[in-house]
Amino acid sequence: MSRIGHDDSFLYTSLATYLGKKLVVLLGDGRHRLGLLRSFDQFASIVLEGACERVIVGDLYCDIPLGLNIIRRENVVLLGEMDMEKEELPSHMTAVSTVEIKRAQKAERDATYLKGSMKNIMEFLGID
Amino acid sequence: LFFSYFKDLVGREVTVELKNDLAIRGTLHSVDQYLNIKLENTRVVDQDKYPHMLSVRNCFIRGSVVRYVQLPPEEVDIELLHDATRREAR
Repeated sequence: MSRIGHDDSFLYTSLATYLGKKLVVLLGDGRHRLGLLRSFDQFASIVLEGACERVIVGDLYCDIPLGLNIIRRENVVLLGEMDMEKEELPSHMTAVSTVEIKRAQKAERDATYLKGSMKNIMEFLGID
Repeated sequence: LFFSYFKDLVGREVTVELKNDLAIRGTLHSVDQYLNIKLENTRVVDQDKYPHMLSVRNCFIRGSVVRYVQLPPEEVDIELLHDATRREAR
């Protein structure tokens, strides 16, 4: 903090404006967490309250792993301030249970894997 | 050098592409020594592919996840940039 000069103070990217706000946190492995920002440090490690993980596979799923999470700085990709008036999700999405969403995720993963392996086979055989 | 460069770009509309292929358009609000970026009036470039961010209007992007920042070309003063870079290199 001492490295920041006097005239830099206006441009210091502070997370203080997000304290107590509902945030969308994008994690390094592509997962999404929503929650209230309770605390942060200079390297952007954060404390999230009421954390829930939102998995989207065409449908919506909201899980609640832990009420209070500490997310280490290296895993934080993006913090987005959620506007309460705006739509959280496109209206065509529906909520499903944990089991179903896991099944849908697995199906999607298998489909991508299959597509990938088929492509490899085709390339190997020289088929266009 | 880039910190001061971004400081001059505050208020401009930029598109930030992240390492996970997410592209976000917004107005540069602030930047810090780690090149973390705060954007306002955020919108995702390809909205339908990334529905999670629909209600996000301001965001904070960690510097280490930025792949590149797309700037409007009229904002770039090439001579100034060249001179500053030469000065830095010395």
